[in-house]
Amino acid sequence: MNIWLELALTLVVMLVVVLTASLVTIYVELKAGSHMQARIGPYYAGGRWGWAQPLADGAKFLQKEDLAPAKADRPVYRLAPFVVMMSALGIFAVIPLGPDLVGAKLDLGVYFLLAISSFSALGVLMAGWSSANKYSLIGGLRAAAQLIAYEIPLILAVVAVVIQAGTMSLIGIVDAQQATLFTLGGIEVALPFILTGQLVSFFIFMIAAVAELSRIPFDMPIAESELTMGYLTEYTGIRFTMFFLGEYATVVGFSAIAATLYLGGYGAPFLPESMANVAGPAILLLKVSALVFVIIWIRFTWPRLREDQLQSMAWRWLIPISLINIAVIAVFKVAF
Amino acid sequence: MTSRQLMHRSEVAVSVELETPGMTLNIGPQHPSTHGVLRLVAKISGERIHEIEPVIGYMHRGYEKLSEVRTYAQITALVNRIDWVAGFANEVPFILGVEKLVGVEAPERAQWIRLILTELARISSHLVFMCSFPLELGASTPLMHMLRDREHILELIEDVTGGRFHPNFNRVGGVKPAYGGGSKTKKQSMDLPAGFFKRTLKAMDLMDQTCEDIDTLVTGNELVRARTIGIGVIPAEKAIEYGMSGPNLRASGVAYDLRKVDNYLPYDQIDFDVVTRTGGDSFDRYLVRVGEIRESVKIIRQAVDIIPAGPLQAKVPRVLKVPEGQVYSRAENPKGEFGYYIVSEGGKMPYRLKIRSTSFSNLSILPWILVGQLIPDLVAIMGSLDFVLGDVDR
Repeated sequence: MNIWLELALTLVVMLVVVLTASLVTIYVELKAGSHMQARIGPYYAGGRWGWAQPLADGAKFLQKEDLAPAKADRPVYRLAPFVVMMSALGIFAVIPLGPDLVGAKLDLGVYFLLAISSFSALGVLMAGWSSANKYSLIGGLRAAAQLIAYEIPLILAVVAVVIQAGTMSLIGIVDAQQATLFTLGGIEVALPFILTGQLVSFFIFMIAAVAELSRIPFDMPIAESELTMGYLTEYTGIRFTMFFLGEYATVVGFSAIAATLYLGGYGAPFLPESMANVAGPAILLLKVSALVFVIIWIRFTWPRLREDQLQSMAWRWLIPISLINIAVIAVFKVAF
Repeated sequence: MTSRQLMHRSEVAVSVELETPGMTLNIGPQHPSTHGVLRLVAKISGERIHEIEPVIGYMHRGYEKLSEVRTYAQITALVNRIDWVAGFANEVPFILGVEKLVGVEAPERAQWIRLILTELARISSHLVFMCSFPLELGASTPLMHMLRDREHILELIEDVTGGRFHPNFNRVGGVKPAYGGGSKTKKQSMDLPAGFFKRTLKAMDLMDQTCEDIDTLVTGNELVRARTIGIGVIPAEKAIEYGMSGPNLRASGVAYDLRKVDNYLPYDQIDFDVVTRTGGDSFDRYLVRVGEIRESVKIIRQAVDIIPAGPLQAKVPRVLKVPEGQVYSRAENPKGEFGYYIVSEGGKMPYRLKIRSTSFSNLSILPWILVGQLIPDLVAIMGSLDFVLGDVDR
């Protein structure tokens, strides 16, 4: 096949999948959140269960005027949502949906993921600085501080996985989780990493991921009640929608990373190899949905932390714990 | 300039760095956590507040002036709207003051009805606090649960008075006779709606459940504790100095409650405790309010048992003329001491009405308490002080 055609096809498929997943996540958050909060949530849009509410919201945002403050640094202000969106979409380029269903088969997939996912902070900082708004500025700076604090435990948690798998390729990591550990009564048992010593790093990864997503309890960069909407304060219309969609795409993205690294990715026990490409996406989707639900659940359970509390949590607890975790896993890796 | 010229170059660099001006941040009047239109002009460096100046008056509706051209009965409808989350509680001290001036006393049953409705207003006001305080910390779930449970209280108030927020139910010498109760003869039917006490007791059982919900949703929440314990500590002397009252004062360890001190409604016949805490921080102010909901439930249960039968209105002339005189009348509102200074020169309307509103006095501590705090703590402290802008600006 022509390489350009293949590239275009991959892009279109990925875009559709990611945007649909983000819209569904928004819907689930609206609906699940409502039921946790003793209300009904979207009800009328789309005729039943309010299923079309995210679409209606999107259509509403599209109609709004695209405003930029008079003193804003316009090129930067306009570019910022694209940077965030690009970072969110970039994650999906290397997430394997099946042994052959992957946008780009990189040997350094993990490395690429960590790089592209922290890219969104640049967009947030750009938005915060260029808005010419004090609330936005504080929000942007909080986001930057948060990124520095949380990128390290995130990377250290992933390093533990890389050590155990012995590869930085995401497909390699999934394969490592499907390798037979032992045979029990003639059945070959393979376990995902979360059950084979990566429980601690899974929790560290999830905490750091929620912080990186700036969602409650780590949504200080947005902090509605303190900074109005933080770096989003001045954004309207399509640019706000891009931030919004980007956030939910990143929720799905980080859940997909966690599912791949810790929960066995597209693989499932007793799945014949010939079925892996067909059933893979569904299996991954199942795991991703569970993690997305947990992230939503957290949002409706806890209030927001303070920036300094988050910093002390990252530097005093998560980083030492993840360093010890790496040491332990490395020792086990060498010993066995 | 001369001193700068004399300095060595390295010293100049240092002093320039020290002189970095802070940022002036205008918080409000339109801001999610200023409960309406409070404006705070904060000088900050980073997120640390160095100086803060509250600017009020964006919601000034001129009730004191309006009262000078309204009859006493009409003023009751105005004072409802001062602290709108506890409308009924605002009426009581005003009407008690007028009654003192006129020299009538409401019949016993009317007094008890006032007491029950005041306590219902207290519960409803504290439930609004249970919504807004966690919301300001970033927890949106208690909001919906508490608003849902507040409906039970508002329904009761609506049953009796016809209004959810603005009952306008007190009359000089009693309360408004409500139709629909008692037996069939007209005279007896001017009473509380049938089945009111049964519904009240049922609602009180629901409130017990609500208090449990509050405890599981908020009190035990680790992050709420992390955000509020030790934040915004107001020592007892400072609280008294700034004229604070109500739960904010009691959280600092001062057991001062006008219900015990003044004996204005038949509170002396009821067994209840004054909830106090000693820490004086945001979390204690929250805990005092949870405790007060429980106490109010206790009070209402007893009041429903005790309330005697009888008329709702004392004999009062149709056109009320108040003799010359002055009176200061106060009561324990959900937010603290609420008082009216009524000056009458005789006639149908007051010469002057001074409203001592609770939130105004409670907020006067802001410039002292907020200095040196971080912006997230500012939100937590302001939320814990529980003010309503209508009550500040009047």
